Amino acid sequence: MAQPPQPSPESTPLLSMTGIVKQFPGVRALDGVDFQVRRGEIHSLMGQNGAGKSTLLKVLTGVYTRDAGQMLLDGRVISPRSPLEAQGEGISTVYQEVNLIPDLSVAENIVLGRQTQRFGFIDWRAARRQADAALARLDLQLDVSASLNSYSIAIQQMVAIARALDEECSLLVLDEPTSSLDQQEVARLFGVLRRLRDDGLGIVFVTHFLDQVYQISDTITVLRNGRLVGEWPAAEFSRIELIARMLGRDPASLTEAEAGAAPPSPVAAAEAARLVAHQLGRRGQLQPVDVEVGAGEVLGLGGLLGSGRTELARLLFGLDRADSGRVELAGRAVRRGQPRSAIAAGMGYSSEDRKVEGIIPELSVRENLILALASKRGLWRRLGRAAQEALADRYIQALGIATPDAEKRISELSGGNQQKVLLARWLAAEPSLLILDEPTRGIDVGAKAEIMALVADLKARGMSVVFISSELEEVVRSSDRIMVLCDRAALGELRGESKTEQAMLARIASAHQEVSGG
Amino acid sequence: MRRLLGPRMLPLAATGLVVVLLYLAAGAKFHDSNWFTYRVLRDLVVNNGVLGVLAIGMTFVILSGGIDLSIGSTVAFVGILSATLLGQGWSPPAVITLSLVCGVALGALMGWLVASFDLPPFMVTLGGMFLMRGVTLLINDSQIAITHPTYLASGKWPIHPAAGAWLIALVVALYLLHYTRFGRNIYAVGGSEQSALLMGLPVWRTKVAVYACCSLFAAFAGVAQSFVSLSGDSTQGVAQEMDAIAAVVIGGTLLTGGRGYVAGTVLGVLILGLIQSAIIFANINSWWTRIGIGLLLLIFVLLQRAIQQRVDRQ
Ligand SMILES: Nc1ncnc2c1ncn2[C@@H]1O[C@H](COP(=O)(O)OP(=O)(O)OP(=O)(O)O)[C@@H](O)[C@H]1O
Ligand SMILES: [Mg+2]
Repeated sequence: MAQPPQPSPESTPLLSMTGIVKQFPGVRALDGVDFQVRRGEIHSLMGQNGAGKSTLLKVLTGVYTRDAGQMLLDGRVISPRSPLEAQGEGISTVYQEVNLIPDLSVAENIVLGRQTQRFGFIDWRAARRQADAALARLDLQLDVSASLNSYSIAIQQMVAIARALDEECSLLVLDEPTSSLDQQEVARLFGVLRRLRDDGLGIVFVTHFLDQVYQISDTITVLRNGRLVGEWPAAEFSRIELIARMLGRDPASLTEAEAGAAPPSPVAAAEAARLVAHQLGRRGQLQPVDVEVGAGEVLGLGGLLGSGRTELARLLFGLDRADSGRVELAGRAVRRGQPRSAIAAGMGYSSEDRKVEGIIPELSVRENLILALASKRGLWRRLGRAAQEALADRYIQALGIATPDAEKRISELSGGNQQKVLLARWLAAEPSLLILDEPTRGIDVGAKAEIMALVADLKARGMSVVFISSELEEVVRSSDRIMVLCDRAALGELRGESKTEQAMLARIASAHQEVSGG
Repeated sequence: MRRLLGPRMLPLAATGLVVVLLYLAAGAKFHDSNWFTYRVLRDLVVNNGVLGVLAIGMTFVILSGGIDLSIGSTVAFVGILSATLLGQGWSPPAVITLSLVCGVALGALMGWLVASFDLPPFMVTLGGMFLMRGVTLLINDSQIAITHPTYLASGKWPIHPAAGAWLIALVVALYLLHYTRFGRNIYAVGGSEQSALLMGLPVWRTKVAVYACCSLFAAFAGVAQSFVSLSGDSTQGVAQEMDAIAAVVIGGTLLTGGRGYVAGTVLGVLILGLIQSAIIFANINSWWTRIGIGLLLLIFVLLQRAIQQRVDRQ
């Protein structure tokens, strides 16, 4: 195994954090972590969910105050007490969840805090121009005066990145910026990052997509359980070794262990179900489509961002009101635009946007976990406390949720672990049809495999699943059939032999050509 | 133009329409041409100018996601302070300056408590309300007439002091909210405080300034009130903060913050004023004013929710 090489002493690093300690009630999130970033380097910070990556970056940018340790930027001691001060030091940051103001326009979200002023007045025209320019760096053209929440999560994430890039900085920090982007958008972002690196910026990058790590990074630092594991040049650090270091296991034992690990099966058999949607659509959102999912079948929805995948999921579940068509689950009609009716009929929906639609930050892990089940059972058939605790513990175990206990506030969990709780919420409700919208977003490799295994397990018990993911490979692997969507319409289905990533891409590409050709 | 007709302006336009319709409907009901005279319109503005200024200040705090219950007491405090000091021979500019400074100081104190210790604005400003009312009563627990010639001469000004104050407050607020960083930061803090913090916006400073601003507007309203009533009255402005909140909400600003317009607040005050005028004009028992405002507030909140949901879905 490669030993972490000593950092070269000849040049002072751009950023040097030493002995950083951060204690939260009940958890030592960082325990004496050292972290260095040099100029002209893209540095990936890796680790499982809850390893302490976001916490380290938040200590760096003054969101959290550290309990011990020292930080040097450009050889100067820094101690920012707020993101504002960190910006003043030349650190520009994209935080893990999209942190913008949904009600304000795209332009404002980009220029907020640094608007051009003329004679004491904000120059709105300049603001729009500045926003257009910032987005153009990412090859993005938007109506910048539309409010941010009229755009998808992916676009919002791009806007957050554009905002960070628009700032004068010497260190750029990106905490899972690509979690909801598609391949093209990631490619554009990476183009920009490489250029910035060549200009001498230091860039910190966090992601759970290993492909991306190897595409972009020069150096990799691994954290585990709040401790530093080591730092390696990306070129000399194999993928299997990276995973082993993150999980704290021996690379040799890894492959067999992964193959042998049977997923725990916490879910009782759900009764057979069959979803039929006929000519379901909504003007401006999705052209009418027919959908059928049999009992024990996984239907994948494939397509690029904005193709209508999430829109279809929302219409099925009734989050948006369809203006045509009908939905039936196991023979029961689901009333349009009424998620309650969908839940009562046995549907579950794990949303892509966990921050807005998913978690309830003030409640504990246990309370968040039993929400769907409780609403399915109704007000009068409450679950006893002991039963709730047992249930919570079972899923914390099964999904490997990193939390000291079930009573911790969910907002204090790391991003990936919150996603796992959301998933557990729907699993606990034992729906007969579960819609999973980007269930693996922001989840580490180990847990990703667990989730995929869980999907397979659910299927084996007769539950129907609608599976949505930006990672085409994942869709191909876990689905029986794939419905390909493009430009908010269904292009057709892939099954059996033809169910491959290439076939899916070819379909989408030809559809695009037709559009631009005609 | 596109901005004016855009979906975000729709609720505002609808509220404006309601003002006009309310006015016309009341006129049609009365079959009385007096209703459509300049006098009625003038009274509408003049009688509601002080409330107009207060509601504009309240818009700032509500936009930031807070609330301020102390403004009614501040009006009374400024009235009593002005009357007392003028009686002791202070000059009007000195009195007005001191009043405004007191307003800013009170607001900054409350803002500091809210921002630094993360206290609920409701409690802090409730404290401010009792404090100011108490101090007012301490200075003088009755009514003092103002006899200073400058104040007496205000009747001959080209513009009524209440109307003038309202106009000044409106222009200042439009400038602050739409053309300064401070104003945009208020929207951001009200929209999502956590995000505003992570975006590197000066959240603490903004919150302190918002309360200082609101109290400044309240003190300014108090100055206007003393010109209008030519007296200081320790019972002035009781529960007026509630009228201000009602006006802001009717004007379409969300109580949770981050969304709304000062222009809406102006319309909100006009709607409250119209109901009041109509009821006086029709010679009905004035308790109906309260009942009318109460019902209207409920209807309006419902209506706005409906419009907003339509806009959001598009
Ligand atoms: N505000 C907080 N209060 C209490 N505990 C916290 C808080 N924020 C994070 N933690 C804990 O600190 C640990 C590290 O969390 P962190 O968010 O840094 O993980 P991460 O490496 O970013 O994971 P992910 O990949 O899931 O984003 C976790 O155990 C988490 O529960
Ligand atoms: Mg994280």
